[in-house]
Amino acid sequence: MKTFSTRLGVDIGGTFTDVVLERGGESFSTKVLTTYIAPENAIIDGMQQVCAKAGIKPAEIEQIIHGTTLATNALIERRGAKTALITTEGFRDVIEMRTESRFEQYDLNLNLPDPLLPRHMRYTVPGRVDANGDILVELNRADVEAVVDKVAKGNYESVAVGLIHSYLNPAHEQLVREVLAEKLPDVSVSISSEVSPQMREYERFNTVVANAYIKPLMASYLGRLEDRLKDEGVACRIFLMHSGGGIISIQNAADFPVRLVESGPAGGAVFAAHIAARYGLDKVLSFDMGGTTAKICLIKNQTPKTSRVFEVARTYRFKKGSGMPISIPVIDMVEIGAGGGSLAHVDAMHQIRVGPESAGSEPGPACYGRGGERPGVTDADLVLGKLDPENFAGGSIKLHPDASKNALTKVVGSPLDMDAVEAAFGVAEVVDENMANAARVHAVENGEDLSEYTMIAFGGAAPLHAGRLCEKLGVERLLVPPGAGVGSAIGFLRAPFSFEANRSVYMTLSDFDGDRIKSLLTDLKSEATGFVRTCDEVSPILSEFKVYMRYTGQGWEIPIELTEEQAMNPDVDTFEARFIEDYTKLFGRPVEGMDIEITVWSVNATTPPEKVERMDETSGADTAKATGQRPLFDAASAKYLDAQIVNRFDMATGQRAAGPVAVIEDETTIIVPASRDAIRQPDGCIDVVVKG
Amino acid sequence: MAQEHSKVAYQVMWNRMISVVEEQAQALVRTAFSTSVREAGDLSAGVYDTQGQMLAQAVTGTPGHVNAMADAVAHFIRRIGRQNIADGDVYITNDPWEGTGHLHDITMVTPSFHNDVLVGFFACTAHIVDIGGRGFGADAQSVYEEGLYIPIMKFADKGEVDKTLVSIIRGNVREPDQLIGDIYALATCNEIGHRRLIDMMDEFELDHLDGIAEFILDNSRRATIERIAALPQKAAQGEMTMDGFDRPITLKVKVSVEGDKIVSDFSGSSGLDKKGINCPLVYAKAYACYALKVAIAPEIPNNAASLAPFEITAPENSIVNALHPAPVALRHIVGHFVPDAVYDAFDKIVPGLVPAEGAGCLCNFQVSLRPRMDAPAPENARRSEVLTFNSGGSGARPEHDGLNATAFPSGVMTMPIEATEHAGPVIIWRKELRPDSGGAGKTRGGLGQYMEVGAQEGHEFDIQAMFDRGEHPARGRRGGKDGAHTTIVRSDGAKMHVKGKQFVPHGERVIMAFPGGAGYGDPSERSIDLVKRDLARGYISAETAASEYNLSAKDIAEVEAAVAKGGVL
Repeated sequence: MKTFSTRLGVDIGGTFTDVVLERGGESFSTKVLTTYIAPENAIIDGMQQVCAKAGIKPAEIEQIIHGTTLATNALIERRGAKTALITTEGFRDVIEMRTESRFEQYDLNLNLPDPLLPRHMRYTVPGRVDANGDILVELNRADVEAVVDKVAKGNYESVAVGLIHSYLNPAHEQLVREVLAEKLPDVSVSISSEVSPQMREYERFNTVVANAYIKPLMASYLGRLEDRLKDEGVACRIFLMHSGGGIISIQNAADFPVRLVESGPAGGAVFAAHIAARYGLDKVLSFDMGGTTAKICLIKNQTPKTSRVFEVARTYRFKKGSGMPISIPVIDMVEIGAGGGSLAHVDAMHQIRVGPESAGSEPGPACYGRGGERPGVTDADLVLGKLDPENFAGGSIKLHPDASKNALTKVVGSPLDMDAVEAAFGVAEVVDENMANAARVHAVENGEDLSEYTMIAFGGAAPLHAGRLCEKLGVERLLVPPGAGVGSAIGFLRAPFSFEANRSVYMTLSDFDGDRIKSLLTDLKSEATGFVRTCDEVSPILSEFKVYMRYTGQGWEIPIELTEEQAMNPDVDTFEARFIEDYTKLFGRPVEGMDIEITVWSVNATTPPEKVERMDETSGADTAKATGQRPLFDAASAKYLDAQIVNRFDMATGQRAAGPVAVIEDETTIIVPASRDAIRQPDGCIDVVVKG
Repeated sequence: MAQEHSKVAYQVMWNRMISVVEEQAQALVRTAFSTSVREAGDLSAGVYDTQGQMLAQAVTGTPGHVNAMADAVAHFIRRIGRQNIADGDVYITNDPWEGTGHLHDITMVTPSFHNDVLVGFFACTAHIVDIGGRGFGADAQSVYEEGLYIPIMKFADKGEVDKTLVSIIRGNVREPDQLIGDIYALATCNEIGHRRLIDMMDEFELDHLDGIAEFILDNSRRATIERIAALPQKAAQGEMTMDGFDRPITLKVKVSVEGDKIVSDFSGSSGLDKKGINCPLVYAKAYACYALKVAIAPEIPNNAASLAPFEITAPENSIVNALHPAPVALRHIVGHFVPDAVYDAFDKIVPGLVPAEGAGCLCNFQVSLRPRMDAPAPENARRSEVLTFNSGGSGARPEHDGLNATAFPSGVMTMPIEATEHAGPVIIWRKELRPDSGGAGKTRGGLGQYMEVGAQEGHEFDIQAMFDRGEHPARGRRGGKDGAHTTIVRSDGAKMHVKGKQFVPHGERVIMAFPGGAGYGDPSERSIDLVKRDLARGYISAETAASEYNLSAKDIAEVEAAVAKGGVL
């Protein structure tokens, strides 16, 4: 990749818009409130601030990388365009019938989320493709025209087209698009064989509908943003972070806006991956904990793990199945309702439960003293000594320990016959256990053993809980990077240009056809490379090959990575050996005598990752100076210990502080349990390691 | 070693054990071969103490497995014999009476050893596609015709898989690869649960599970009993009638709230049916218990103590207590109607809590495809078994409409039709909502669905229909109207039955309409906005809007005009 010396990273989040400017080796950042009506205003504001700090003009910026929650929010808040769906006759209700099951079986009053488009906005055309991609029933142009005439009367801004088995044969979808373009040239069109060419009609249709639904909104926003930046004198190109952890052109983003969903968290994962590279770590668990949720992601070989489907807009306690599935390449993260604001209560079994309900910022947890009467995780943290009541958020919010104690006693302590401290311990342990369980399940699903991992923690509440989480997970090393508050925006600046193309095509190993595989992967490679070329005309482009395989008859595939050599000279024995190897690792033993099949083919084209210098690490031979002491509850020994207080910015490279210690800074506090020490590394990371 | 644990530690351990069994179930979904398991989630998984008491169970697709699995492990301990239980063993059965109600469910149990001492068991169950015999259906006259019976026995003895057993199984079933694959998946999932349990025991320095077991069971028992004690202490009678196979079947139940327990007595219910829709008690019990638990104690996790206060009795060889060798393959049909009977009674004890009747049993069918025999078949024609799970509408709730095409009381998922069509040469021509099928009411019953199934060129098939509510639609509650009944017909007009194996010649299709849920409350009390919305979405026709809800011709015309313009309602 051509190196640009002046780059701007912009992350629009739910509350704040983070802006980071890097110039030469220096970095300037700011946070401004997100301006919902015209999100570009916050960007301009933030850009001016960081340009002023750096003493440059916007015209000097050479590249802008942007990520945003606008696409996600439009789906959650249902603020998309007036959209119609054209689908196969007989299947009008696929996006409404979902999986025909209840995601919560123990709730008689359960309601399922409404589909993005109500039934009368869904139209059908005849024509049918079968499971081999052959045409069972032809689709006549006249039939399509008749339906499009009906759609025309509805004054739609956007139309989604999703037909059965179109991932195998897109001809009918293309015909519908052609007729739409002729008759309704101003309407935006999305077809499922382009947006998400994968099997399983519910996921694919929902994905194309989501794309169509947010397309006019995102296209208009991106257009306005370009204009505004031009007005400010910005002359460079703008790129977008996508959910898979790479960047794409503004035009691709406008065509496939569904790929922007969750781009902010993807930036966070890229940020963690970059730090992993700096430390030469091949197995990293990124842990991002904010006010409402915690996100956990596995990063292997400095590359965040990706997946092909995820769920957005969960409507019911973050429960699996309560949102809508989107099948696009995405960084694979688990998100659970556990944050600093998560509220605690005691249920009928006398069990402490924490979250997913959150106190938010108004009234906030009890300790904010703004009328919150229910204890949150922050209240427990305060009582346990993890937070300093006088120095929360840089001293801008004074915390009230008595209010925390009262709330904890009333809601948790009394029913369980515990005092405020034991109640606080219980709340903290339960929320930490919830996060640890999510991490464990995620690791096991991926055949990984977390004890070999290093954790990288960022987000406001993460440093308070990461130490205990490491104890629970048997993770021996934890890194807390500086600048973690704008981690996603920094991550944008570390991301490569990339685009993943994939397609569902079935092939059993008994019918292995090397020539066909070669031509399929070559096509995917040129498609993916083409997208990347539009962003970067000169850099070399690497291709990563992945096939999804399973035993014939299984429903879930496992991803198998192939080298370019293996992909371009396909050999049946190699494919089989690679599958058996990975399957055995995941599930313990192979199944004998079964045919194996390949279901999905994928090529990720990417510019080479930025070269990261391995840093010389310090072992922390010097002792850090403490500014004071306070009692800190140590969960492993279940009692208060005297802990040192060390200011993060007073810690010099190579200094070590022995746990228990609270490493304080304006935005948060790093809690180092008695089992661990903290070392200040040359890049400013606080390295929390097991003693001895 | 430390065996004293704080209250906080026990809280963490309980939480962990639930996570362990959820993960155990996930492993099964990801490695299973049958679509019923991997796509539909028809499985369950749990962890037990050394006495065979269930401590935690994954919330999966099938309440039907809940009680059944809870009882199963004790049978395994008794049959295998404690002295014969060794590390590395894996046990298996598909005994309908000591497992989960029919030969098509395989249950596997693995003892969990820690430092050479038995500390507990893991068990899991999955519905498999074929077990030989007549195939999955109601046509058998006794359990002997329903397929291969595997008594409780060792599948693996100290890690050594019984190859003779595998050969016998392979030789007796139609899809041997799938079944053996599923058996391995079941063993794997127990193994994964075991590993995680041992991790937890190491972390908390546990030698045994006695302390945590007592904590879980005591708290669960107390919480459940509190809920029961808060109910009106009285009894009521309920009943419901379904089509049955050849003659209607009536379920009668007396539900009595008695202080620390609720007793459901099915005396007076129909006797055994000649065909395989009889239900072993263990399975009827699961659904009676589920119905009551979801109504009064939904958030209390399933375990030995939280299930114990729900007692079920039924006369021997009644339809809900079929004894060996009664045919039981489709026991789910009767089982899925048990909640409707229980709710008919419970509504008289606690009014305004439970829903109206719904579609009840899942609308499942299996197609057995083969090359056409009436004319030369193309070379690539093949034999194949394809099972699909589908749902009608659920019953209207006191405050909410019923759910459209959504399973209740079962919780399994349907299979994507694109996945189904890859499983065999079947073509699903239609799968969409069935307007006007939800019973009218203040709250409307959920809509059923239409399905149309055929075969690829060159094939003919048998369809095994497992439907009900052909003659007995879901009944409305408190003035609500009945849901629409099931219909099934061949595309050439030939009459078909809601149950049984039926031939479909080359080129023909089966056209099905699955039942809607019933309405709740007087339709005249329904909000006019909801009536208009239902009309706009096509949940109801203009005729129904006028006849059932008195929507004026002017309103109807307005809604229709708005819809033509793509209006949002």
